[in-house]
Amino acid sequence: MAAADGWFTALAVGVSLLKCLFINAYRSTDFEVHRNWLAITHSLPVSRWYYENTSEWTLDYPPLFAWFEFGLSHVGRHFDKNMLQIQKAPYESDATLLFQRLSVICTDLVYILATRECCRCVSEQKSSRDILNRPSFVLAVLLLFNFGLLIVDHIHFQYNGFLMGFLLLSVAKHLQSKHLQGALLFSILLNLKHIYLYVAPAYGVFLLRSYCFTKDHSDGRLNWRSFSLLRFSALGLIVLLVTAVSFGPFIAMGQMPQVLSRLFPFKRGLCHAYWAPNAWALYNAADKALTVLGLRLGLVGSGPQASMTGGLVQEFHHTALPSISPTVTLLCTALAILPAVLFLMWRPRCSASFLRALVLCALGSFLFGWHVHEKAVLLAILPLSVLAVQSREDAGIFLVLASTGHYSLFPLIFTAAELPLKFLLMLLFSVFSFSSLHRLHGSSLLCALERWYLCGLGLVCVTSELLLPLSTVSARLPFLPLLLTSVYCAVGVAYCFIRVYGSLLRTNYKIKAS
Amino acid sequence: AAKPPMFGDYEAQRHWQEVTYSLPLQQYFNTSDNDLNYWGLDYPPLTAYHSLLCAYAKAINPEWVELHKSRGYESYAHKLFMRATLVADLLIYLPAVVLYCLYLSDGSPRKKVSVLLCTLLYPGLILIDYGHFGRYNGVSLGLALWAILALGLGWDALGSMFFCLALSYKQMELYHALPFFCYLLGKCFKQGSVGKLFLLVRISLAVLLTLALCWLPFLTDPSLAVQVLRRIFPVARGLFEDKVANAWCSLNVFIKIRSIMSSDSQVYLLPSSLRLLTKPTFWQFKLALVNSSLAFFLFSYQVHEKSILLASPACLLLNDLPLIAIWLLQTSTFMLPLFLKDDLWAPYCVTSVAFLYFSVYLLSPLKRCTEEELRMGAYRKILFCLPKLDLGCVVRWKFYISVLAMAALSVASVTMSPPPHLPDLFPVLISTFAFLHFLGTFLYFNIVQFSEPQRNKAQKKIN
Repeated sequence: MAAADGWFTALAVGVSLLKCLFINAYRSTDFEVHRNWLAITHSLPVSRWYYENTSEWTLDYPPLFAWFEFGLSHVGRHFDKNMLQIQKAPYESDATLLFQRLSVICTDLVYILATRECCRCVSEQKSSRDILNRPSFVLAVLLLFNFGLLIVDHIHFQYNGFLMGFLLLSVAKHLQSKHLQGALLFSILLNLKHIYLYVAPAYGVFLLRSYCFTKDHSDGRLNWRSFSLLRFSALGLIVLLVTAVSFGPFIAMGQMPQVLSRLFPFKRGLCHAYWAPNAWALYNAADKALTVLGLRLGLVGSGPQASMTGGLVQEFHHTALPSISPTVTLLCTALAILPAVLFLMWRPRCSASFLRALVLCALGSFLFGWHVHEKAVLLAILPLSVLAVQSREDAGIFLVLASTGHYSLFPLIFTAAELPLKFLLMLLFSVFSFSSLHRLHGSSLLCALERWYLCGLGLVCVTSELLLPLSTVSARLPFLPLLLTSVYCAVGVAYCFIRVYGSLLRTNYKIKAS
Repeated sequence: AAKPPMFGDYEAQRHWQEVTYSLPLQQYFNTSDNDLNYWGLDYPPLTAYHSLLCAYAKAINPEWVELHKSRGYESYAHKLFMRATLVADLLIYLPAVVLYCLYLSDGSPRKKVSVLLCTLLYPGLILIDYGHFGRYNGVSLGLALWAILALGLGWDALGSMFFCLALSYKQMELYHALPFFCYLLGKCFKQGSVGKLFLLVRISLAVLLTLALCWLPFLTDPSLAVQVLRRIFPVARGLFEDKVANAWCSLNVFIKIRSIMSSDSQVYLLPSSLRLLTKPTFWQFKLALVNSSLAFFLFSYQVHEKSILLASPACLLLNDLPLIAIWLLQTSTFMLPLFLKDDLWAPYCVTSVAFLYFSVYLLSPLKRCTEEELRMGAYRKILFCLPKLDLGCVVRWKFYISVLAMAALSVASVTMSPPPHLPDLFPVLISTFAFLHFLGTFLYFNIVQFSEPQRNKAQKKIN
């Protein structure tokens, strides 16, 4: 019989070994990006890091990540010295591949630790003998074997596991009421990759509410008088210190404008070459549809075609509907997450509402942000997993969001050799998540509408991955499968966004006398 | 990846598709249009039919199977196609394993799934079929496993049919033929007089019909049949291929045995088979399978590294004798020289570690290591002169040391280069090491097979 305590180690070992099998699989240009950053941080002095542009893959993560790459480069030196040369053309060798893949697998240790902490936070109301039925076990599998992370990190190549580890660890610390540690971890995370600014509002408000206001009224309402300046200062100090360590050298050298322009490149278009399944994908699709309709009806002249797909990153303009500027997206995002943030502020403190607000901020930014990558959906899926093992409603939302979000990642891995792999992994993960969550919560989690949607998702999957590429349509309309995927998933993601709002508003507060 | 002029197993498979598609049946095995020296077909008919089926891929790209012109053809699309054909492997092997673990192994459902997982994780099959791209071993092993499954459930005729199919796919299954034969014969004898005849007739009919069906096209002409047999059992090949672990290899370092060809292997098989004949239970059958595979591998005339796959009957014993089974399976995957050829070092490491870790974790063999569990009562009787040792503890320690040694040898053979006057040091070391293990295991299983009396409470008595 499996030992009671060893199951987590077994899962961790198993998933790490699985990741080792992907070493030789397809890797995207992100592989070269990171190799280039290793080269930049190793060969150049700090003052040149954000100015270097021999290669097109310039450094566009905050300084702490650059220091992380610097540390890695010293290990990489022993694998292959040549990978640390800055050059325009991509460089690859067996040793480089091995080193970089292993670095992702090893830094995933942070993620594994974070998962363990999260599992500890999960309350086991009905502690059953059967390990497979415990919420902590299910959560461990959902987090460790998350399909999205596996294919984005270990096939497509990125360091998301490492970064999400920091996020989940910080969340776990907050759930355990160790707020200062959580704040420290989150500040470090922000300085590693600034995409996590998406969820900063939720964090800020939560910390303000739960940590800076030390006490609530007996009915749970906010007690304005209990504001603790000491605690507020402590938090501020932590954030400032970390930021100072990270950005300090660059402020001292007066390079801040350059650094900021690298970190926030607004020259890139509204959408990525493959549209992330967000509101703007729907907007684009509507625009195209209206254009086609307009052409047919003779309302619109055949003027400049809206080309939204060409090349990697291009500015483009909509034809039928008004164009979108970065300011508009910012406004939309702010409007989308404002209710959640306000809710978090006014209602009694509760860890579940914190997590829901976190997911809402992530989803809101995903839906309305500028130049969003489809990988950002993981930012919402992973915290939602923590909620899914504890609440019925969230479990249902999780199933829809996870299936949709994971499927939307399929176009990232487009080689034929990896096709069976991604289908198999997706199937295994979906089967597990459906069966284990149903068993945990005992009853049916999805309503009829959701079930039909998921069936449709399967159909879309088969069509875009198998039928369309093999048919003649693909020659005339090469973008059709991607369009189909984006639009269909966008509907699902928007639906989940609304559902999570519903879940947040219906949060069950246990009023505690504090 | 392979090099001209012979191109490796990948090319062999492609060539067979080319040949079976383009030439009529009668010419599969003889020379006319079919140059036998270039990867001639040397497996029985079912393999040929399977290649024919795959060759219908001509629909996708005729260049793949053009007679004579497509030698050495290797493209990305073609590689994908060849990998995809391995699905046949899975379709036959996987259900057999699943059904076996569910129906014929005992314990809680959790235990059954654990056994299933460990069997599927066995690195040997994974690496050879999916990594090295050898032959479709999964098909023949799967068919043999279906046969064992049928026999375990009491359906003897069906089991015989499956086994004949397996035989007609790859002649290596002959290594398993003797236990099958003895088991079925023993069962016949155990029946009443009428039942005896009835069972005998049923089984014989099944065997003859199946064999006839598979071999029919080649039986029309006697010389053709002889030619086929000659291709399948080539006596002209060298005594050992590539430093394989067996008695001859180890001994050859000191004694030149090459001139002495003996068919002695049957001798080593006899005790086990006779025992099975007298006591035809399923448990004996499993043990006999392992014993005969090991005997053939260790002592027989023409060996090929992949024959070690025949140690897969040990997977059947994962439930009952976990420690020794795991040990044997791990040793069999330890045949590193074979794997290194195709840069399979990383998958080898990963799958070996995964197999060891998960089988130790899920099946807890180290806890089930008492003397009684290991059925070492007989050892105690044989070695009565030795002081009172806890044999279970001794075995555990031997296991640890052995695994460490295997790991060390594997790492050393890759990282260190051998001294110049002993260029084959590592392959020979590995072969000898493996040989000693196999010999020890062979003795152990023989002893266990003979020391029946301990009632295995959980074992279902099928007969």
